[in-house]
Amino acid sequence: MTLVARPTDSAPTTRTGSTLLDAVLRFRALGLLIALVAMVAATAAVNSRFVSQQSIRDILLGAAITILLAVGMTVVVLTRGIDLSVGSVLGLSAYVTADFLQVNPGTPVPVAMLLGLAIGAGCGLVNGAVIHFGKVPALVATLGTLYVFRGIVYFVAGGSRINASDMPRGFLDFGTDRVLGIPYLIIVSLVVVVLAGVFLSRYRAGRDMYALGSSPEAAKLAGIPAGRRLLTAYVLCGALAGLGGVLHAARFGTVDASAGSGMELNVVAAVVVGGVAIFGGSGTVFGAALGALLLTVISNALPVLSVDQFWQQAIVGALILGAIGLDRFVGLRVSASLRRKDSHVD
Amino acid sequence: MSAMGSAPEPPQLRPVVSLDGVTKAFGSVVALRDARLELFPGEAHALVGENGAGKSTLIKILAGVHRPDTGIVTVNGETVEFTNTAAAKDAGIAVIYQEPTLFPDLSVAENIFVGRQPRARLGLIDRAVMNREAAALFARLGVPLDPERPAKGLSIADQQIVEIAKAISVDATVLIMDEPTAALSGVEVERLFAVVRGLRDAGAAVLFISHRFDEVEALCQRVTVMRDGAHVSTDLMAEMTIDQIVRRMVGRELGALFPKQDVVPGAVVLEVEALSRAGLFRDVSFQVRAGEIVALAGLVGSGRSEVVQAVFGIDPRDAGTVRVAGRTLPAGNSKAAMRAGVALVPEDRRQQGLILDLSIMRNATLVRRNRLSRFGFLTGGAERREAAEWTRRLQTRYGRLTDPAGTLSGGNQQKVALAKWLATDPKVLIVDEPTRGIDVGTKAEVHRLMSQLAADGVAIVMVSSELPEVLGMADRVLVIREGRLAGELSRAEATEESVMFLATGRGAAA
Repeated sequence: MTLVARPTDSAPTTRTGSTLLDAVLRFRALGLLIALVAMVAATAAVNSRFVSQQSIRDILLGAAITILLAVGMTVVVLTRGIDLSVGSVLGLSAYVTADFLQVNPGTPVPVAMLLGLAIGAGCGLVNGAVIHFGKVPALVATLGTLYVFRGIVYFVAGGSRINASDMPRGFLDFGTDRVLGIPYLIIVSLVVVVLAGVFLSRYRAGRDMYALGSSPEAAKLAGIPAGRRLLTAYVLCGALAGLGGVLHAARFGTVDASAGSGMELNVVAAVVVGGVAIFGGSGTVFGAALGALLLTVISNALPVLSVDQFWQQAIVGALILGAIGLDRFVGLRVSASLRRKDSHVD
Repeated sequence: MSAMGSAPEPPQLRPVVSLDGVTKAFGSVVALRDARLELFPGEAHALVGENGAGKSTLIKILAGVHRPDTGIVTVNGETVEFTNTAAAKDAGIAVIYQEPTLFPDLSVAENIFVGRQPRARLGLIDRAVMNREAAALFARLGVPLDPERPAKGLSIADQQIVEIAKAISVDATVLIMDEPTAALSGVEVERLFAVVRGLRDAGAAVLFISHRFDEVEALCQRVTVMRDGAHVSTDLMAEMTIDQIVRRMVGRELGALFPKQDVVPGAVVLEVEALSRAGLFRDVSFQVRAGEIVALAGLVGSGRSEVVQAVFGIDPRDAGTVRVAGRTLPAGNSKAAMRAGVALVPEDRRQQGLILDLSIMRNATLVRRNRLSRFGFLTGGAERREAAEWTRRLQTRYGRLTDPAGTLSGGNQQKVALAKWLATDPKVLIVDEPTRGIDVGTKAEVHRLMSQLAADGVAIVMVSSELPEVLGMADRVLVIREGRLAGELSRAEATEESVMFLATGRGAAA
């Protein structure tokens, strides 16, 4: 806590509230963690192999790419936007990168990652430009590019697929190798989460993302460069989806034109479950990452618990509704208690 | 009418900001026809005029929000064209807008420093320094706000404080304040003025817009009057009387500002008994008779608005009963209150009173839409007739009935908010700050209207922070202090001193 200067003359009670909000946010992350642990414990009780090293590693690997995309999505959602094209961007990047590696087998992995980032950033730039300069709502613009980008993948792929045997060994190893028992993919995701977290919480440009989503009108009056920030958000989101495509190719080894189809909704679900407000202004990448992890655990655990496929979907849906309901509830409680703290009645 | 009185030129000084021959039109509505203004370093300059006179547009041009159609704007003698708000800021112009524009999700400190947060190594924001500087600003303003709390949930007064802190945190050479005191209590206003005087004496130019003439007199050396988008006059404050200023603003003589007619009160219509809500107010009881105007006075934050909101039922109540014409109203049920003939015109018209994106017509007829519809369908004709009738009766100025309500000036928005409720033919009318941020002419019209309604037998409860309004309009004054009824004054007993004494609990303070 920072010291609050208290004037000596007849000061009313200090109008505070941040500690309470902190508690709620921490509670939110805590709630996700509890749900995670409960889910894992329940499943492990039925089948102890669920908590074997291999199984945990598989879950984390499965979550790694979703987490990556959820980070990008968080930045966009914070500005009151949404990017539905991430699945298609992932597919495009995965296919083009795999195709490139097939032709140039000597390419080092970092260069492949840069290629994917560049493809994704390009797609993101298109999204951002359409939204900002074309003044098209993000939902509509990215719904359009969802089909456009996917169309490009089909055009490039022309019905063919790239198999593991076509790709260089070193690249495929990157998809499965580990350092100190931790797969590279997970390390990449974690590094991205931390970097994005620092960017959003500690850099002016990052704070501007929150400001834009919190009140676009005030942002205009405050002179925040809305256009530049929005472009940044969509480029970042696209670039991370592009990177996700490279990881996807490395992990699965087989890439066809449908890679990543439908993934965008999983990512949006992860972000919402992770406590990022869908109308912008609040939420963290850590929450979104936890949300992605929770959804992955659920989809892995339910088959073990022999829960029907249908129920899996219903449970994810209930979680999303629950998350939104919780946000609403918490929001009301917080504003009520902030109001109470404001009043001068003791 | 051309300029009256010559602008006195302070010796050997160059204006830090000047506007000359500035025009601005929005579609067919001409907001500024011929705006002129010169601000000199070290002066506090009042800009007065009725609503719709073009003050807000003028400010937004100085702030870089709007660009003038024609005319010249200079800063330090050089012609400038602000393309955005950042450019105006860089030129040293800070603006406090009439309606606070904060980021609800960001902390108070971040709201102040957004876009220019103090940075440490690697360009990282230094939160500790930021919070410390924010706390120092609040200490300077004498308000103990926690820099780390989110702006969400702040009262309007506190939001205004944050806006002020934001403006004084940049070393502005020009400080523009659009009705900064509308939501502040007397003590807070005094503190703000002390800070503003300090800035002024340090060489800043201050442009002060207010409808409170006592404040204009207390703070400003010169006064510019605008009417219908054009410059009317600029004079030394000391050479002007308030009567003269008001005449120039409205271009006509005004009768008494607060013409409450004497009405013999009828039967008790509204009875409130031992109303309580934890943390907000406790044990509030009062009665209002038909034809009476009862004012709820008190400091900002004393719980006045909360009381009337609980009476109307948009807020819950923990204890107590509310009866209208003898029938008890269920708690927290505004629909039942409306059915019983209670109407509430809220304080914050932009957020609660009107739906700004909706047309003037829809807003004016919103609460009546059931009665105006046939077989469940709204028929445009009935809506239009009703809206046209009410806007005419309230002398509302607008382009077309189908324009969004947000395009209206503040006073005209308030009239539409009033029209909406008056059309329901209420038995009890609750008005919360009916004339906040409204110009003198419209104010008088609103007061005339309230007086006429009372004469027609409506029981009126008025929450107001403006003492002249309270003293002029109210038959009885109920003073709320810290959530409790501190006392009741009859019209004869109520004076500025007696009301302030009850409101503050001590001798007549500022």
